Amino acid sequence: MSRAFTANNITALISGLLFGAGLTVSTMVDPARVLGFLDVLGDWDPALAFVMLGGIAVYMPLYWVLVRNKNKALLGDYFHLPTKRKIDKPLLFGASIFGIGWGLTGICPGPGITNLSSGNLGIIAFLLSMLIGMLLASKYKSKTVENANDT
Amino acid sequence: MTKDVYVQALIGGALIGFSAFALMLFNGRVAGISGITFSAFSSSAVNNRWRWYFLAGLAIAPLLTSAFGYSLPESLTTVLDTKSGAFGQNELIMVLGGLLVGFGTQLGSGCTSGHGICGISRFSTRSIIATAFFMLSAILTVAVTRHILDLSI
Repeated sequence: MSRAFTANNITALISGLLFGAGLTVSTMVDPARVLGFLDVLGDWDPALAFVMLGGIAVYMPLYWVLVRNKNKALLGDYFHLPTKRKIDKPLLFGASIFGIGWGLTGICPGPGITNLSSGNLGIIAFLLSMLIGMLLASKYKSKTVENANDT
Repeated sequence: MTKDVYVQALIGGALIGFSAFALMLFNGRVAGISGITFSAFSSSAVNNRWRWYFLAGLAIAPLLTSAFGYSLPESLTTVLDTKSGAFGQNELIMVLGGLLVGFGTQLGSGCTSGHGICGISRFSTRSIIATAFFMLSAILTVAVTRHILDLSI
């Protein structure tokens, strides 16, 4: 059997489908709706808050009741959870920089990828530059870690 | 079919939450889209293929939901477009926004999904603070461009 059809690839595909369906059904694929939420001085649109509320209301109890009591994921891998606890500068600067890009376009990574099939030139430009931005940040991060090790 | 936008928002959010739960329960992975995307391209690990399957699902989902009347927007508006429906497209804003979103999410270890839904649900202090920062920063960006500088076209 080809490795392409292993169980963890199938569950990842289904999870991606559900995620994209959620973004489409909730209309968060439409940057106008996202910008409407971010525009608190304009005609404020609270929809995005309902999306986050719905997501947290489902994920939080399921995570605490059905994931926390297990040592391993159902398909055998361990739980890959962030271990970092420190509130550091990269977290604060990174989140702030992300917010500026999100505020300019109304697009964050999930809706960006879910909009891909539209073939819209703007979305392709967004996704390509997003990948470049990620690469630059990763280079910047490894550089600052090297510098920190030097001192 | 009548569509109540807030009911739609809640149901869509619930689908996202369930998707993230399924990925954690079965694969042991956080449904953080920025992290999955970057690692899909950069990781040379053997078990990287699930990321491409997840991203493929994310990208083809609207082709399935459109059968039920839920489709992608006809066009993409940016903060510079007026809300009166004059849908314009500004590729320059898309390039700049994409760079900032990519750089920021990679530096800040997450985006709306990883920090905003998964992290907050785990009561992660880092995620709660990151979410507050990117929300505030995005709200300020819209306030400055749309209302203070009034850059709408």
